[in-house]
Amino acid sequence: MLLYVLRRLLTAIPTLFVVVTLAFFLIRIAPGGPFNQERGLSPEIKANIEAQFGLDDPLWLQYVNYLKNLGQGNFGPSYNLPDFTVTELFAAGLPISVQLGAMALLLALIVGGTLGTIAALNQNRAADYAVIATATAGTTIPTFVIAPIIQLVFGLTWNLLPIGGWGDGAFVNKIGPVLTLALPQIAIVARLMRGSMIEALRAHHIRTARALGLSDMSVIVKHALRGAVLPIVSYAGPAAAALLTGSVIVETIFAIPGVGRYFVDAALNRDYTLVMGTVVVIAIFTIVFNLIVDIIYAVLDPRVRYD
Amino acid sequence: MTDAALDTNGPTELPGGRSLWSDAWARMRANRAAMASLIFLVLMTVACIVGPWLVPHNYTTIYADYVRTPPSLTAYPKADMVESALNDVLRRMRVEPGGWTQEGDRVFVEVTSGRAIDERNLRYLERSDTFHDARVESRADDGLAMVMSAAIKQQYFLLGTDNVGRDLLSRTLMAGRISLSIGLLAGMTAVVIGVLYGATAGFLGGRTDEIMMRIVDVLYSLPFIFFVIMLVVFFGRNFVLMFLAVGAVLWLDMARIVRGQALSIRRQEYIQAAEALGVTQTGILLRHVVPNLLGPVVIYMTLLVPHVIILESFLSFLGLGVQEPMTSWGVLISAGAKNIGSANWLLVFPALFLVSTLFALNFVGDGLRDALDPKDR
Amino acid sequence: MPEPILSIRGLRVSFDTLDGTVEAVRGVDIRLAAGETVAIVGESGSGKSQTMMAAMRLLASNGRATGRADYRGQNLLELDKAAINAIRGRKISMIFQEPMTSLDPLYTIGNQLIEPIRRHQGLSRAKARAEALRLLELVRIPEPERRMRSYPYELSGGQRQRVMIAMALANNPEILIADEPTTALDVTIQAQILALLAELQAKLGMAIVFITHDLNIVRRLADRVYVMREGMVVEEGPTDRVLSAPQHDYTRMLLAAEPEGHKSPVPDAAPVLLEGREVSVTFEIGGGFLASKLALRAVDHVSLALRRGQTIGIVGESGSGKSTLGRAMLRLMPSDGEVLFAGRDISGLGAGDMRPLRKGLQLVFQDPFGSLSPRMTVGQIVSEGLRVHQPALSARDRDGLAAAALAEVQLDPAMRNRYPHEFSGGQRQRIAIARAMILKPSVVVLDEPTSALDRSVQKQIVDLLRGLQAKHGLSYLFISHDLAVVRAMSDYVLVMKAGKIVEEGETERIFDDPVQDYTRALMAAAVDNQRFANA
Repeated sequence: MLLYVLRRLLTAIPTLFVVVTLAFFLIRIAPGGPFNQERGLSPEIKANIEAQFGLDDPLWLQYVNYLKNLGQGNFGPSYNLPDFTVTELFAAGLPISVQLGAMALLLALIVGGTLGTIAALNQNRAADYAVIATATAGTTIPTFVIAPIIQLVFGLTWNLLPIGGWGDGAFVNKIGPVLTLALPQIAIVARLMRGSMIEALRAHHIRTARALGLSDMSVIVKHALRGAVLPIVSYAGPAAAALLTGSVIVETIFAIPGVGRYFVDAALNRDYTLVMGTVVVIAIFTIVFNLIVDIIYAVLDPRVRYD
Repeated sequence: MTDAALDTNGPTELPGGRSLWSDAWARMRANRAAMASLIFLVLMTVACIVGPWLVPHNYTTIYADYVRTPPSLTAYPKADMVESALNDVLRRMRVEPGGWTQEGDRVFVEVTSGRAIDERNLRYLERSDTFHDARVESRADDGLAMVMSAAIKQQYFLLGTDNVGRDLLSRTLMAGRISLSIGLLAGMTAVVIGVLYGATAGFLGGRTDEIMMRIVDVLYSLPFIFFVIMLVVFFGRNFVLMFLAVGAVLWLDMARIVRGQALSIRRQEYIQAAEALGVTQTGILLRHVVPNLLGPVVIYMTLLVPHVIILESFLSFLGLGVQEPMTSWGVLISAGAKNIGSANWLLVFPALFLVSTLFALNFVGDGLRDALDPKDR
Repeated sequence: MPEPILSIRGLRVSFDTLDGTVEAVRGVDIRLAAGETVAIVGESGSGKSQTMMAAMRLLASNGRATGRADYRGQNLLELDKAAINAIRGRKISMIFQEPMTSLDPLYTIGNQLIEPIRRHQGLSRAKARAEALRLLELVRIPEPERRMRSYPYELSGGQRQRVMIAMALANNPEILIADEPTTALDVTIQAQILALLAELQAKLGMAIVFITHDLNIVRRLADRVYVMREGMVVEEGPTDRVLSAPQHDYTRMLLAAEPEGHKSPVPDAAPVLLEGREVSVTFEIGGGFLASKLALRAVDHVSLALRRGQTIGIVGESGSGKSTLGRAMLRLMPSDGEVLFAGRDISGLGAGDMRPLRKGLQLVFQDPFGSLSPRMTVGQIVSEGLRVHQPALSARDRDGLAAAALAEVQLDPAMRNRYPHEFSGGQRQRIAIARAMILKPSVVVLDEPTSALDRSVQKQIVDLLRGLQAKHGLSYLFISHDLAVVRAMSDYVLVMKAGKIVEEGETERIFDDPVQDYTRALMAAAVDNQRFANA
């Protein structure tokens, strides 16, 4: 088991390496640089600054240096927010994004899973149609519509929630962002759960369990649900990686100081180190959560074993 | 084989078979939600194509008098707006307003000034968004006083106007044109690339397949948004190119789906039967693989189009997509989100158009899936 | 007749489908006395399974049942959930056709066995475990202690079916419903499972309802029999009477549908058309990106020679390599060794060089549903080979030839604009045969061509194939696990096991006087019809 985890982490290193390399060269061949936008820097000063950051070195040397630093856990300074290192930026923003993402994910799994199960058990009845309609709405309405509507209804019209801001992590400030993040996920999880539960209930071994006179509780929870959550587990891995690393939309609309914005801002400003930092963080989250998924999967399904 | 056998079986009055496609169409027609959505989509498309020509406002025209006007079914200007519009004009003429009266749809206004009033001042009235057909009714001999008249321009802003006074209806329809065509364009690109790539990998199989799919895996593990932003950076403001590029990123899912299907079709016995007949690889691909791939591709395509529309709106929302004065639903919603306190219709109407279209596309997609693949219920 | 413990009266079952309501069972009466064995026979779609599923309240969610199904005075169709669950698995239990999927893949055998015992008998975990062990011994699972901790995927099909039987008998039920319990198993395993059921019945005394299409099972095991067709019982009575003096035409047809006749050997002078010398096929299984591969030899140095007009039957259980051998002989699968067609070595030929030869070497598959492309019309399917081998033909000529080929397999040529899904299994198999025959081949490999079909349809297909062989002087490689059909079709038999030929010879000799133990076991399992009768 431990060996399996170790081996999986080792095999993840090449993937990480490819991703880092690709991202490094992609952002570098993009026209422009961190210090030639709307600063009116004289060419000499610009050259000076670039030399200071080693940006005048040949690209391959910069790449090697970056990898070296990365190996030591050093993401380098941010070029556009010169007072901070990339590590400091993530130390400040990541906990916030992770908190919101984790709450949203938890909400999505619980609510979505329950809704999906209810729908599957009442297939083609009113409850089922209600869940399908909700799920369709959830997957159809984009977050950048949901977020301002939550602001409009709960913030401006009913005055129940603050319109935005982090408010030092006050609970009311989290409600809007978490709801916005969770709604589409609830919808997706509910749909997946409904489908896999219907499939699971049709399985031959469920018929066996019923023929043996087992109670509905045992048939549904023990025999159907365990198989039915497998697709949800597969989905939850990448979804968790995406949710926990912040959402541009939600953080912009609700003015949340998370890390979701960094990516877009940094890429547009050619803040190379911050872009690379974001890529690495997202890739690590993805790898770790995929691993967690595989472990949960193996625990749930004896046919999948770590070898 | 005898000639008699040929003769008795003339090719003419054979009973036609029900192909899987005609079965699917029959099931689709029985699905009311899907058919209603299909009709809605057709209407929406027609409205977005034809609408901008029928609406009396151009989507770029700025009506300075009508900044952030709420939506209304009756014509503008409202009664209380005439006086302020008139005062605005007179201030620009640098004349003193006397009394004014309204008769029918014309206003008559007396003006006085310390200097002789130039008749050319009428052009201020003409230029205003509220009046037209300005005339001098009478003029004092010294030229220091004048009675002018002008007709009130009746204008409709069914969905109101935006922050700088542009008609929201014409903008929303124009935006729809952009959003829908981008959805179709990028969707097509993704489908073409994805089908070719996936079918090749799945059909060739073996080592080629392994390598091709490993490439897809690597591309998958790069954050999607990173790609998109890089494309925006490369292609800049040319949205056609950009969305071709976005389509070129979205093909990954399509490739996986098609590969999976191609693999499973390749294992079907009818493929082996064709091989046993000596049918060439091309013949197998064209007559057996492609027709059987079509179903999942069509289903995925209808789900891809809304995906692209959302993506476009998302980019536009971030200010990375379509640039002013050209517009799209995402641009409008972004503006609306910034003005929810003062002008919520700027959010509500574009959002309504976008969401209803996405809904309809979804229902059509679901309907198609049910129709083409009835076991999946 | 003693008082019945189960009495089904006026049972009707219908299903709501996309194409409207389908009536699967249309007024069925069935009685079962304590301890007796009743068989319900019928072909696919006769409603025999749905009748018992309805009585067990196991219909799919779109199914509805009306009428009565009384178990000791309680109408099962109207009991509430708790009451029916107290009967299912306790008084009446059921085993199914699909041993591979009928056990929950996520739990150990022990866990799944203990659950119904605890539920119905309220035993402690330890006592239930001991009971479960006893049951595994009862159904003769080797190493029961170890098997308790196994997952279903670690067991073979026969073992899984034994576990299913153990679960069904865990609470000593009065009635066991067995829904085609041996259909998915190899013949030797079939015989073992049937013997086990007979033995357990003698020991435990439960009544058994056998749902089956196989008259041999009826003959061996049943006291009384119900013959069902299109949702109705057409004939019922004691097994001996029904099988020896059937009253209804349909029963007579079923009985007559047992394949019969035999084929005389071809003269030694007949030329050898297709010959395999030391043919081997090796699969590499597993083997991911880094993992090493495992070689599996599916066909192991097999030699055979097929003469003009000859039919070689290749028999063996699943996994014996018989289908693989058939494909290797047609060069549809890479193989070692030599394959000669009409004296020419074709084993080294590429796809392009093989193409012209394919005209003479055709193949018919087992699954008439999978072997026809669903989006082509029957005419297009049948004439596809002509596009390759006679490209000069016009579309009109092809159409005419397709019509003639369909007429030859006794299908209405006017149907050629229809699509495969509009045809029944037997009709589809005829279409597949027409597709092969239109090229006028000299050798046809028939890979289980009758296995997916009902007995009565099987017989028609066998007759058709025999007729075509006589008319065109065809040579067949007839691959089948069904010994009765092989006996009727072929004049020479190869018995395969684990990729090797264990025995070969003329059909009569192999069937009447097998030398090898394996062949003997195979023959005994399939042919000894009287074995359990009157036991």
